[in-house]
Amino acid sequence: MHKRSNEPFLWMLFSAGGVVSAMLMPIHVLLFGLAFPLGWVDAPSYEHLLALVRHPLTRVYLFILCSLALFHWAHRFRFTLYDGLQIKHLNELINTFCYGGATLGTAVAAYLLWRIP
Amino acid sequence: MNNPTEYLPRSYHTRVSTYWWLARWPYVKFILREASSVFVAWIVVVTLLQIRALTRGPADYAELQNWLRSPLLLTLNAVSLAFVIFHAVTWFNLAPKAMVIRLRGKRLSSLAIAAPNYVAWVVISAAIAWILLRG
Amino acid sequence: MANRITLEVTRYNPAHDEKPRPDTYEVPLRKEWVVLDALNYIKDHLDGSLSFRWSCRMGVCGSCGMMVNGVPKLTCATFLSDYAPGPVRVEPMSHFPVLRDLVVDTSDFLVKLAKSKPWIIRKVEKPLNEEYFQTPEQMDAYKQFSMCINCMLCYAACPVYGLDPLFSGPAAIALAQRYNLDSRDQGASDRLDILSHHEGIWGCTFVGECTQVCPKNVDPAAAIQQYKLTATMEWLKALVLPRGAE
Repeated sequence: MHKRSNEPFLWMLFSAGGVVSAMLMPIHVLLFGLAFPLGWVDAPSYEHLLALVRHPLTRVYLFILCSLALFHWAHRFRFTLYDGLQIKHLNELINTFCYGGATLGTAVAAYLLWRIP
Repeated sequence: MNNPTEYLPRSYHTRVSTYWWLARWPYVKFILREASSVFVAWIVVVTLLQIRALTRGPADYAELQNWLRSPLLLTLNAVSLAFVIFHAVTWFNLAPKAMVIRLRGKRLSSLAIAAPNYVAWVVISAAIAWILLRG
Repeated sequence: MANRITLEVTRYNPAHDEKPRPDTYEVPLRKEWVVLDALNYIKDHLDGSLSFRWSCRMGVCGSCGMMVNGVPKLTCATFLSDYAPGPVRVEPMSHFPVLRDLVVDTSDFLVKLAKSKPWIIRKVEKPLNEEYFQTPEQMDAYKQFSMCINCMLCYAACPVYGLDPLFSGPAAIALAQRYNLDSRDQGASDRLDILSHHEGIWGCTFVGECTQVCPKNVDPAAAIQQYKLTATMEWLKALVLPRGAE
């Protein structure tokens, strides 16, 4: 008999991150990764982007996007390492790397979004 | 049956190869799906770099844009696009399995739950594109 | 269509073999034959020492699970002609210790199945002269998961079970869910205590192959994901109402 795990918390973050990255990432990558650099459409000007990113709603949007996507990666990557590399004894290390990394990324995102002039 | 007996000397345990996932296409697809999360994390890094460049000023931002135009970054981001789309499609197709929604006694099919997700995906993407391109 | 086909069948005799190895047999290729027919032909005419499990020969007992060309199948439900011109590789089910030839040790599954408490659990027993009433909708809620014939093909297909011997596995969890969803059952909380941990439902990474190979369309992958959602709801409820509503 085991005590019920607290895994649901991590699974919720993973699921939320999965939805957010599924809905938002493709268009972000299409535009910022390909369309703008390759000139398929006119890239938005620096001024326009700065104005957009200054808006509190945009900051919240970007924070949620970055943080949840990172926790989605953390959870999925952790299981890939467990099953792929079969290294149960390195559990602690894997968890620290994955969730710690996601937490660090979240903190960086918060800092950067806070510091926009 | 871990204890060998007189009539059953020992059972044979096959070790699972590190390359178990290459043996069959469904397993390869599964690993690719899981690998998509790495590209999701990469895009977060690119996004954070862009925010930082925006904060630092037009010169920094222009330099970042140049970097994004380099063949290496273009290739990386093209591959990322493929993977995040793969993630989105597999996600929308699989998520309905977890949800049992009954309407008037009959269970909603996977398609009935996945379809609105696809529609939302298109609408949201269009909205974001509009916000970015109109300025 | 040719009238013969070659089978490469795994042989292993623990008394004098270091490890399993394939033997080749040529059998008739009859249009209506299944792989099980070919194995019985081998045993009857070519090599009487070949050992394999089978029983009903019609896909309801779950005894004849084996790997056919690397895919877990019920050999009584797998047509030989689908593999023409061959050769057809027949191996014991993956992820189980091999006892002899095509026979595997299934005790691990049976232990895990019992842990899921796959029976109606009542907190309050009804008197013997009172029946349980169940509407068609209530039966529909768990019916799909009740179709499991314990053939273990899902275990042979599940890479997590192959990599982590402690993982409960698809069928054990799907059958737990079958009882959780049964309106007559009151044991969902007990089963959650047993299964809501890393070797239970949280070990599953939704590969989905279990569902693909299941011969009875049980869809264990769906059962597990639904169970994860239920477990998450219960976790949230426990967070908000610690001395809880049960």
